[in-house]
This record gives sequence, structure tokens and C-alpha cells, in this order.
Amino acid sequence: MGSFKLGGMTFGSLFKKPETLLYPAQVKTPYPHQKGHIANKVDECILCGMCARVCPCHCITVDKKAHTWEIDPFSCILCGSCVRSCPTTCLLMEPASTAVAARKHVIDLVVPDKKAASEA
Amino acid sequence: MGKATIIPFGPQHPVLPEPLHLDLVVEDETVIDCIPQIGFVHRGLEKLVETRDYNQFIYVAERICGICAMGHSLGYAETVEELMGVEVPRRAEYLRVIWHELSRIHSHLLWLGLAADAFGFESMFMHCWRLRERVLDIFEKTTGGRVILSVVSVGGVVRDMDRATLTWICDVLDGIKSDYDAIVKTLLTDTSIKNRTVGVGAISREKAIELSMVGPFARASDVAYDVRMFGRGAYGDLADFQPIVDAQGDCYARVKVRCLEVVQSIEIIKELASKIPEGDIAVKVKGSPVAGAQASSVLEQPRGECYYYARGNGSKYLERMRMRTPTSQNLAGMTVALKGCDLADVNMIILTIDPCISCTER
Repeated sequence: MGSFKLGGMTFGSLFKKPETLLYPAQVKTPYPHQKGHIANKVDECILCGMCARVCPCHCITVDKKAHTWEIDPFSCILCGSCVRSCPTTCLLMEPASTAVAARKHVIDLVVPDKKAASEA
Repeated sequence: MGKATIIPFGPQHPVLPEPLHLDLVVEDETVIDCIPQIGFVHRGLEKLVETRDYNQFIYVAERICGICAMGHSLGYAETVEELMGVEVPRRAEYLRVIWHELSRIHSHLLWLGLAADAFGFESMFMHCWRLRERVLDIFEKTTGGRVILSVVSVGGVVRDMDRATLTWICDVLDGIKSDYDAIVKTLLTDTSIKNRTVGVGAISREKAIELSMVGPFARASDVAYDVRMFGRGAYGDLADFQPIVDAQGDCYARVKVRCLEVVQSIEIIKELASKIPEGDIAVKVKGSPVAGAQASSVLEQPRGECYYYARGNGSKYLERMRMRTPTSQNLAGMTVALKGCDLADVNMIILTIDPCISCTER
């Protein structure tokens, strides 16, 4: 009996915009502040290591000597602690999600040595 | 009377989204006893408090359970704030309650969909989850996440909402309510649903109090206990709050209480959205909890009262974090509700209690 009572709502759905998307042919546009992945504007990074210190899953490694900033996107839980703690605001929460990959990998970024560059 | 037989139920069962094992002692078609067994999803999350500082543990707390994620992060944050004597800005309290009530709506709609599916009511299942998707969309837009929100921090919240967003949330909730009213009317007046729920798995008020039942399970047995009525945080600014109760104590009463709680949550969100004060959304928390300091707090999760306890040791790492979740309180009531029921009604009784095993085992 219930099927008939809900029939009106179900029938009305035929004339409304679909509530779902035909993924992967259609992809939802992410909201501006959606949590997708962490990006680093390396030119502004000072390798202070605050991001690595506050990260609850220890997925960021900062090597001051080698001038590298490393993140494991598959361990990152997108809590945004690193973005909030960054003193130079070089860390950003980008809305696009990390792409599916066959193998896990880390993203290793080389931070330009500003001191050496200014001396040269 | 026939010979007693033990029928195993779960841990893998179509009506159970989470693993719970029951040994049902059955005579003919009647359940005469029920022995629950848990321990399939224990992850030792409380122990992790020793390896994550009090700011980092909030992300562990919200992973205790997917459906109650917002509630656990909020309950944990409130406990640590009490431990450290932190006063949260008023605006942050309002935002926390708005997100928490939204998570109650999404939890109850998820449950309603699963219950409808168990009734064999496939179209209602689809409609409930369609409406739930709109709540998840609100989360996605306002917090950046759909289920794990990571929006509460010790000292406040990490994201704000402007006036336009709050108005948009109220409009979405109005849209949900019109469809939801039609679904609930169908559910509560349908003869086939009444045949399966009225008088099934009934628990009296006295028994509910004796078994320390909490949440909608207890409120359906006329126990007017809801942590929100104590007026903590932004709940204190509500014009009126009365727990939704029903006197029957059976499966139908439990369905009814949960259905009405969604409407109540929508009204709470709309009232708070209109009253939200301007101001900061967080205060900076410095230092560590004092050695030996203890704090506790209670929070009304979608499934009932959840109790949190924390003890400091002078460092950034807490010495102890403990929670007593609503389902661990309600398991005793569940075994009592199952005694004397028909074997075919076991599904309905378990579903209307809505056990959350991830919370229970942590």
C-alpha cells in the first residue's frame, strides 16, 4: 500500500532535474573550499617544519638540508591543520581530489634555496 | 514447547550495517534468550590518546564512527576545553550545534532508509537517501567534507558561515521538510508497517530506567531524558526544548520518535541560524592540561547520551580518554526487547534500536 502513497513523489521525480550525476561522464564541480588535496607554493615556503609538527598522521616530511618538502597524499586525512599552522600561508587546501592511482606514492617538492640564490 | 535451538545472527547480516553477533536461543519460532557478542571492529582508538597530542586527537575521535563523527569531535573538544578551562566564543557554540543537528538529521535519515529497506520498501529507501544527500551537500559546502568534517577544534571551530550560507541551509532544510513530511506520513500510517511494528519488542518505562537505556530507544519508552534539555552551549538559547517521547515502548514508538526528531532538529537549526551572534569563531588554546586534572562531559548523539572523560598528565598528551557510547548502554535493553519475540521480528527490533557497533567498540 505504501508504494501507492509514495507514488506521487516518485512520479513527480520524472519531471524534475535528476538528483544524481552519470559519473564518470559527468563530474561534480567541487565547492570552492572543499577539501581535495594539499598544495605547496614552494617559492614562499621557508621550510620551518610547522606543518610536519602539527600533522596528526605524520604524512609531511620537511628536510631543511636537502631543501625538500614531501607529502604522502594517501596518508593525508585532509584535516587542514598544516594549512592553518603555516606562517607564510604557502600551504593551500585545493578543492580537486587526489586522483586514483594504481600505486601509492609521495609528492616530493624541491624548495628553492633563497639564500644561495641571493648570494649568487 | 519444542527443543531449544541456538540460531546465530550476524556478524554479517543484511539488516546490520555493522558487525554484531547474537546467539538467539529459540524454542519453536519464539526467541527465549539472546546472547550478544561484540569485538569485531575494535581498533583501540582510546589508546591512541597517548601518541597524539590533545589537538591532534580530535581527528582520531571523529573517526570512531562515521555517522556520529561530528558528535564525537564535539564531545571530545568540550571535554578538553573543560579540562583546560577554555571558554568557547558564542558564535562557535552556535555553529557547532548547527552542524551537530545536521548530523543528527543525516543519521536519522540513513537509519530510516535502512529500516524502509528492511521492510521491503525500496522506493522509500531511495527517497530517504535522496534527502540525506542534500544534508551531505550542506556539509560539503560548509565544511569541505561529507562525513568526516574536521571542523571542530579545541577552542572553537575552524570554519565560519556567512549570512547567505545560513539562509541557504534553511532553504535546503525547508525543501527537505516538505518531502520528508510525505515520507513520514506514509511510514506512520501504512498498515503493513504497523502490522510489523506495533506491540513488537515493547519495553516498559520502569524496565528502560532499570536498564539505563538512553536516546530514542529510552524516549520511546516514555523516559523524558535528552542531554539537550540541560541547555549546554547554544542549546541554552533555544526558546523551548522538550524531548520527544512516546509511551508505547514498542518498535512503532521508536520509529515515531526518530521521525519526529528530524523535524525537531530542523526547527533547532532554523532558530539558531536566526539568532547566531557575530564574533570570533575560536580562541587560541595554549599550554597543557594540568597533571591529574580530570574533566567529563555529556552530549546527545543521534543514538543517545554519550559520556566523555579525560585526564591530563601535565604534557600535551592526555593520560586517559574514555567514552561511554549510547549503544553500549542500549545493548542490555536490546537483549530484553528480543526476549519473547518471534524469530521473524528480530530484524525489526534490532533495526529500530539502531545499534552503532563502531562507537561501542572504538
